[in-house]
Amino acid sequence: MMFAEVPLFPEQASTTAQHVDALFFFLCAVCGTMAVLIAGLVLFFAFKYHRRAEDERTPRIEGNNKLEWFWTISPLFVFFIMFIWGASVYTSVALPPPDAPEIFVVGKQWMWKIQHPGGQREINELHIPVDQPVKLTLTSEDVIHDFSVPAFRTKIDVIPGRYVQTWFHPTKVGRYHLFCAQYCGTSHANMVGTVIVMEREEFRNWLGSQAATGSLADQGRQLFLKFQCVTCHSANAEARAPVLEGLYGRTVTLNNGRAVVADDAYLRESILYPEAKVVQGWEPIMPTFKGQANEEELIKLLAFIKSLKPGQTPVRNEEASPPLDAPKVPPGGNPKPRQAVPTSPSQGKSSQP
Amino acid sequence: MSSAITTGFIPQAKPRPPRAPGENYLNVAFGVRSWLFTTDHKRIAILYLVTVTILFFIGGAAATVIRLNLMTPTGDLVPADTYNKLFSAHGIIMVWFFLVPVVPTVLGNFLVPMMIGARDLAFPKINLLSWYVFTIGAIITLWALLAGGVDTGWTFYTPFSSKYARTNVLPTMIGIFISGFSSIMTGLNFVATMHTMRAPGLIWWRMPLFLWAHYAASVILILATPVLAMALILVGVERAWGIGIFDPELGGDPVLFQHLFWFYSHPVVYIMLLPAMGIVSEIVTCFSRKHIFGYVFIVWSSIGIAVLGFLVWAHHMFVAGQSVYSAMIFSALSYMVAVPSAVKVFNWTATLYKGSIAFETPMLFALGFIALFTMGGLTGLFLAALGVDMHVHDTYFIIAHFHFIMVGGAVMGYMAGLHYWWPKMTGRMYSDFLSKLAALIVFVGFILTFLPQFVLGYLGMPRRYHVYPPEFQVLNVMSSAGASILAVGYVLPLFYLFWSLYAGKPSGPNPWGATGLEWQTPSPPPTHNFDETPIVTTGPYEYSMEESAGVH
Repeated sequence: MMFAEVPLFPEQASTTAQHVDALFFFLCAVCGTMAVLIAGLVLFFAFKYHRRAEDERTPRIEGNNKLEWFWTISPLFVFFIMFIWGASVYTSVALPPPDAPEIFVVGKQWMWKIQHPGGQREINELHIPVDQPVKLTLTSEDVIHDFSVPAFRTKIDVIPGRYVQTWFHPTKVGRYHLFCAQYCGTSHANMVGTVIVMEREEFRNWLGSQAATGSLADQGRQLFLKFQCVTCHSANAEARAPVLEGLYGRTVTLNNGRAVVADDAYLRESILYPEAKVVQGWEPIMPTFKGQANEEELIKLLAFIKSLKPGQTPVRNEEASPPLDAPKVPPGGNPKPRQAVPTSPSQGKSSQP
Repeated sequence: MSSAITTGFIPQAKPRPPRAPGENYLNVAFGVRSWLFTTDHKRIAILYLVTVTILFFIGGAAATVIRLNLMTPTGDLVPADTYNKLFSAHGIIMVWFFLVPVVPTVLGNFLVPMMIGARDLAFPKINLLSWYVFTIGAIITLWALLAGGVDTGWTFYTPFSSKYARTNVLPTMIGIFISGFSSIMTGLNFVATMHTMRAPGLIWWRMPLFLWAHYAASVILILATPVLAMALILVGVERAWGIGIFDPELGGDPVLFQHLFWFYSHPVVYIMLLPAMGIVSEIVTCFSRKHIFGYVFIVWSSIGIAVLGFLVWAHHMFVAGQSVYSAMIFSALSYMVAVPSAVKVFNWTATLYKGSIAFETPMLFALGFIALFTMGGLTGLFLAALGVDMHVHDTYFIIAHFHFIMVGGAVMGYMAGLHYWWPKMTGRMYSDFLSKLAALIVFVGFILTFLPQFVLGYLGMPRRYHVYPPEFQVLNVMSSAGASILAVGYVLPLFYLFWSLYAGKPSGPNPWGATGLEWQTPSPPPTHNFDETPIVTTGPYEYSMEESAGVH
């Protein structure tokens, strides 16, 4: 293994790690100086003014306002530097580079399930290439977990019902700890894994050696057919739901007039809670897929929708797997049987992406 | 030596119920009933002292097993489930049943009326009720922890606590919920007492800093505890009846719980710290024989901490998916709250200047407080820096930081206070040698326990891990070795303090030559504290005799 016997400082294996460590050393220097100063003064006074006689007297000193204001105000300047520096490092981690490939992570008690864009899957291991940023989109199937890679100095809580993002730019080939840092139950300490940073060439070989049934988007396409999404979200003129081509990242207007960006969270919500945000001009007839699509399937659907360019909406045909069961009609929704093909476009348009 | 001290307190000619010579609050009545039905704030303080001491050692026993288990990377001592229950029990007992109540209910209860020259607190019966409520809450929680246990950690994060945990979550929370009322009652009692029962001449700006600290802590107790109660109720209804509040499956938001929880649990750190800071202000002045440096600034720093302490809760959630702007605001506010704490440390240091410093046991503990609290506070600056928190959040760095604050700070302060006022409470002196030895052992043991944890944390070892990668073992063994030393330092006082009750030399009313009203009455004090109501004409720290006393 690559771990030293008794490390005192973690490996520095990402660009973020360099930034975090620089700030850390600055804080060590400032705080160390303060600690030495205070400890030195206390010890010096304690030694110099220790009681020599029982009836010793002391001068009456009530304070010194100038000194008080000095040590009230001056820390603020130092703190301001710490604040700005800390915030800038944090902000850089919050904004992934736009071109970074996106890897999906699903946490569950007690394992990490990882899906590469090419459809390769891993459990508790993450293979990534060196010198190239990667973006992670994470969610949880159950409780809150936390995806922590100390060698990269990044950490993000993985929250059920939400997508969170982080990214890193590995700078050093090696094997690094992956920890779940947010307590998640009995085997929390075993929800660990390894991040394997490889040379790019090696990484390509690794990707090729992994069995994958099509890319993540391809797998999402299969689900799109399997769940019968295509029945309504079709490219036909008489479709009952909006076509999803080029939707991702676009601003859509809702039937209450609000405008929202069609991001990961919006797409997820619209699949699980279709009534929550209904697109203007469409009827709220979409059934919920809560309990039918699990987190990994949702991610595949998302990957498919993200990849969907104009003209790429599949056509429902005999090759598609038959539906699992008819999606349930939401309460208060349109009770029209879903297999009835509308005779005219005006008869009812569904809302959802 | 007390003859060298002019106090400036002139007894007022107002008769009190006559008492027999030598009669005090301890020997005025005997038997279990005289304790269980007492409304004397001093006896209630003793009831609390016994209760929280028992709870401290139960919580400490859990910590002992935790540290023993972490001696090996494979966690050979206890299974994972037991380990999780142990650290949960440790946190729950230590936070709610020791650290929050300890200084206010033991030293505060004993001293607040004495320091303001009153016979008792404003609501003596409510004071007794608060002990019963606390004890009932503690018994329920202890029962829940022993009969099956709870494995959520003391933080009860949802949706784990509200849905997934299969342990005694509800009974534990009910115990904590009940004990919260005791906190509120104590806080209200202190505020009411300080507003209405100060001795003649004891204007606000002549109040000892111990009282100011308790005032600030009481306000937090009153305002923050209800928020914890709400959060616990909401987890309870979701867990019991599946009403969706935190569980995303039911349309809830799991992070909402963290907001509610930390809105209480961050200020609660200052409930632990402020009273301990008050103790240190009393002790540093007494054993430097000096007027406190910057009285007004220390008062305002207490108030500042109490107010700002409510505005920093989300710094516990920097990696919990909050927006960058929200994180920045809470980072900036967290730096603000560091200022008043720093002001206190500077003022204590300046008080030593040109003092006449005696290294009695309470002073050793108080100097230990200053050292450890300063380190705890400075490492807090690391956590307020967003970029560093992102790395060390939920690691042993956090564990080390808050133990420096809560054990190095609050417990050290409590130990200082207990040793300072023990002669007042019991009329007896404890072993000088053993108590100084205990102070040294606690300090050394503490440093050895928690300093390696900063290194472990920056290396990335997450908290609440039952097993860990083998390369972390050396530092963990160091920490466990330190913990065994620390344990000796905490058990030792148990023996010499008990021993002092039987064999200790009588202390006299004022063994340290301290100012302050509590020293103007016999030790142990009579039930009514003062035979005659004192009149206050000076500030609380008139130790320096060069200039005429009475000018403040």
